Amino acid sequence: MKISTKWLSDYVKLDIPANELAEKIERTAVEVDDVSCLASGLKKIVVGYTQHVSAHPQSDHLHICKVDVGEDKPLQIICGAPNIAADKKVIVALPNSRIADNVKIKRGKLRGELSEGMICSLQEIGFSENVVPKEFADGIYFLPDDAVVGKPVFDYLGMNENIIDLDVTPNRADMLSMRGTAYELAAIYDKKLTLKHPKVVEEGDTVGHYVIPSADSKLASTYLMRVITGLKVKPSPMWLQKRLWNAGIRPTNNLVDVTNYILLDYGQPLHSFDYDKISGKNVEVRLAQSQEKIKTLDEKERVLRPTDIVIADEKGPIALAGTMGGLRTAVTDSTTTVVLESAVFNPSLVRKTARYHNLHSEASMRFERGINHATVEEALDAAAQLIAKLGDGKVAEGIAAATKEEVHSVSVSIGSKKINDVLGTKISAAEIKNIFERLDFKVDMNSADKFTVEIPPHRWDISIPADLIEEVARIYGYDNLPATLPKGELTPGLYTYKQKVIRATKRLLEETGLTQAISYGLTTHEKAGQFMMEPSAATELAFPMSSDRTTIRMNLISGLLDDVAYNTARKVKNVALYEQGRVFYREEENERPREVEHVAAALTGLYAAGSWQYPKQPVDFFLVKGIVQHLLDSLGVKHIQFKAATGHEEMHPGRTADIYAGDTFLGFLGEVHPNICKEYSIDRTYVFELDLQKVIDLPKEQEVYVSVSKYPEITRDVALAVSKEIENSAIVDFINENGGKHLVNIELFDVYEGEHIAHNKKSLAYKMTYQDQSRTLSDEEVTEEFERVMKKIETKFDAVIR
Amino acid sequence: MSQICEKVKGMSLVDLKERLNDLKKKALAEITETEDLKKVNDLRVKLLGKKGPITEILRGMRDLSSEQRPQIGSFANTVRDDLTQAIAQRREKLEIIKTAKKLEKEKIDVTLPGAAVKAGQPHIIEQVISQIEKLFLGMGYQIVDGPEIEEDHYNFEMMNLPKDHPARDMQDTFYINDQILMRTQTSPVQARTMEKHDFSKGPLKMISPGKVYRRDTDDATHSHQFHQVEGLVIDKHVTMADLKGTLQAVAKTIFGESREIRLRPSYFPFTEPSVEVDVSCFKCDGKGCAVCKQSGWIEVLGAGMVHPNVLKMAGIDADVYGGFAFGLGPDRFAMLKYGVDDIREFYLNDMRFLTQFSQKG
Repeated sequence: MKISTKWLSDYVKLDIPANELAEKIERTAVEVDDVSCLASGLKKIVVGYTQHVSAHPQSDHLHICKVDVGEDKPLQIICGAPNIAADKKVIVALPNSRIADNVKIKRGKLRGELSEGMICSLQEIGFSENVVPKEFADGIYFLPDDAVVGKPVFDYLGMNENIIDLDVTPNRADMLSMRGTAYELAAIYDKKLTLKHPKVVEEGDTVGHYVIPSADSKLASTYLMRVITGLKVKPSPMWLQKRLWNAGIRPTNNLVDVTNYILLDYGQPLHSFDYDKISGKNVEVRLAQSQEKIKTLDEKERVLRPTDIVIADEKGPIALAGTMGGLRTAVTDSTTTVVLESAVFNPSLVRKTARYHNLHSEASMRFERGINHATVEEALDAAAQLIAKLGDGKVAEGIAAATKEEVHSVSVSIGSKKINDVLGTKISAAEIKNIFERLDFKVDMNSADKFTVEIPPHRWDISIPADLIEEVARIYGYDNLPATLPKGELTPGLYTYKQKVIRATKRLLEETGLTQAISYGLTTHEKAGQFMMEPSAATELAFPMSSDRTTIRMNLISGLLDDVAYNTARKVKNVALYEQGRVFYREEENERPREVEHVAAALTGLYAAGSWQYPKQPVDFFLVKGIVQHLLDSLGVKHIQFKAATGHEEMHPGRTADIYAGDTFLGFLGEVHPNICKEYSIDRTYVFELDLQKVIDLPKEQEVYVSVSKYPEITRDVALAVSKEIENSAIVDFINENGGKHLVNIELFDVYEGEHIAHNKKSLAYKMTYQDQSRTLSDEEVTEEFERVMKKIETKFDAVIR
Repeated sequence: MSQICEKVKGMSLVDLKERLNDLKKKALAEITETEDLKKVNDLRVKLLGKKGPITEILRGMRDLSSEQRPQIGSFANTVRDDLTQAIAQRREKLEIIKTAKKLEKEKIDVTLPGAAVKAGQPHIIEQVISQIEKLFLGMGYQIVDGPEIEEDHYNFEMMNLPKDHPARDMQDTFYINDQILMRTQTSPVQARTMEKHDFSKGPLKMISPGKVYRRDTDDATHSHQFHQVEGLVIDKHVTMADLKGTLQAVAKTIFGESREIRLRPSYFPFTEPSVEVDVSCFKCDGKGCAVCKQSGWIEVLGAGMVHPNVLKMAGIDADVYGGFAFGLGPDRFAMLKYGVDDIREFYLNDMRFLTQFSQKG
């Protein structure tokens, strides 16, 4: 809502600089988007008179104009506007003037002819395209004949007015009008308000002679009509045009302009029908029938639904209530009799219609948020009166009312103790009473600190005590509130176990060199379903914004691969990212998915970039496995197993392992399938993904201290030649099971395949460590234990000890 | 050495002393000249050993009187001590020289780059959330998580936003179907927690951090996915002044100790009074600059006193209990704090973006 401080001053005298006023509004009422003045920064732009206009000899569209600007001699100005004409008052930017966008105008030559300035369009001096009257949209503007030559144009065009653009919150729809804003400012500054009320002069037939409206009060609690006859459609006077364009509305003609003006002044949307185009006298406010059609003012044919309120005559709908009029009964330049409507329509139905037909307008917004029910008739009168005046017409006698609701003020009771309890203040009862009175609320003091507050209809947003507390708070001033902390009973502030594990997971992965990524949860249908760890139905948006974001993810890896791709495309070759977040699994029969905490990582390129001293370390399977091992070990997960896995469609079939804790499947790791890498345009990439919830749900084992043995370790190294097919884990598990009671550790330290061993064999070398808690072991007993297990290995795995 | 080790039979006291002095002089000269630690050690053995020259000289004492013998004995001891000390000093000096030479050889170019320590780091949004969490844990709040895919009921209706409420336009929503949606705020977590909370066990003090989604086209300042931390306190005597004090603590924690806040009226359906909260500009300290658009203040969060309808819907007696709620955007906080000018940076995860921030908080 753009507020002209000049217009405002008709209702409340403030004499406060616009910036200061804006600041006060922002601190007390609603946000201010902008404070502006069209004339600011402009200079030497004056009224000119085109004495003579002739064609430019060197051009097919330029004209040479002799323009009187009130100086001794007229200026010669070259003008290219198509509507340039002699004997007109025009806007002249003099030599060395400044027009919009800080452009300076200088004396110069245009195709050989001297041009001493510029004849301007409204746009060129800073008007928005949206407010320039249509007839001047593509050319220069003609000022009214009474404009004095040589005088600055700013006053004539209302450009000196300060405009405060309010960003009105949905609860303060009362400020979507000049009068509502005036009430607010009168309260803030404790000033007197002077509102003018219209007096209608009625002449001729009664309104019932022209129109008989009917309405369901559930659709329109008030529905009023007046008729104005004998009209001439013409441009509005300057005062009205200025008010409209300063409010951001394009002046059209006296009929349309008045309804817009009243909309701004009272916040009451009005609609005018061309009487001669309405079929019959009866006009009905009703719900549309299914499939009923209307062609609206924007020349679109709309198929209606039974939730759309329409105004209909004998032939069918002539307007969509509160949103847009119909083309059939629209006023035109030849309209002479107007039926003017002022009403209160059902807010929620107007909202539905506006949304469904995408017809959000100044009118629909006001009906949705509420309007002042007490001024529906006054606004109608004011509009009828002004239309008659500006169109040389007559207002028919009386108002045709289909429905008319009784409007009452609302009473709310509150005590000053309650107010102070909520705000944490010590405002006196007298001060509170004063605040209410400034707001035009009537206050009855029942006792020392109990009030009954009567809320006038223009503040329909107020109906409960909390509303009143807010009024007191903002007028009293938020700066005056003390700053304290809640006192009350003490409560412990603790992370839950789940929150602790999640946070520990993140820190542990960061220690291993992974940086945290946060990727998009919404992705394509295809990516959402990649790398899945359990079957799940997809959860899709009903109305996605783009095909890239249609489905909520069921894995984290695909998002990380998008990140890898983003980095790769920007020549960042080494990527080591993890992400902790939720995946969304849904059982077909459920509407809402289960949200499961996962953690995943993606690595590509070099893990260690290498340097002048240290070697490069490329990312590989075992690096990622080591990271997973470190994470799970650090989280206290026991019995971790990695099993070769071939079932992951998007993974390398020979380089993928499923991860278990005992029998619990936790996730998988490995190399991304080259075909998938190709789809993502990324290099060889290793990933893992774990179901963190399963880690959290693992039985919590009490950790118990194990004393460190004081007795020496004895080690045995052995290299085993075995078939290539045999997995290390099988051997390690077997040795662990059969290695004797003193075996405390077994560690693989070498793997060899090559020319010194048969082509179908590999050599695995292990270091086995023996130790006892209570004594020093003898070499003999270690040898005995060692040899016993080696014998078993030889038979079990067909192994040859090398 | 040979002269010193001559046989010294039948010497007088004076002779003996002279010989000892002579020995000492020569030995000291020799010690001082020795440049080798091993040779110093050899000297020690030769000079002070059992078969050394001092012992030899003392053998000449047999001609001396019993009064003279202790004299020469004590003199000889002095010489022995002097030599012992000289040898020790010489050794120490040679050790120092030796070490110095070794260190000289080991000299490196300390300006060569250090080894790259492989460590990742948290996302800056995580860092901001973590700071806020710690602040509120310290003030006795619990941290509550809730679903990202919510029911309309919890996301809107329980927040005093019935269907067809004009304020629903403030938040464009990704719907899954009529009833299910991507949460547009983390307040549904509060609704769920309020429903469950047992007030006989004390006040409800919580924050709910997490991802939220809005039906917005992504650009430099809009993202269809971002984060929120919403806070809620419900108790018998909670005031708007308490809200102000709490938010002041947030502003100081994130933006610096010297920050101030101010409240401005605003509107949220779930609070009344509702306020926008500005923090004094940390770039210019409130003087006015590009960051705060010359106003000295930056809008950072929204807050208010919990609307009685919200309490009632959660089954809480609004006549007895009241409270405050606030909501802030870690994305916006991070953008302001670090001067990030494009919100999309947070979700594209360029390694160079993610790793450029310190972790000092």
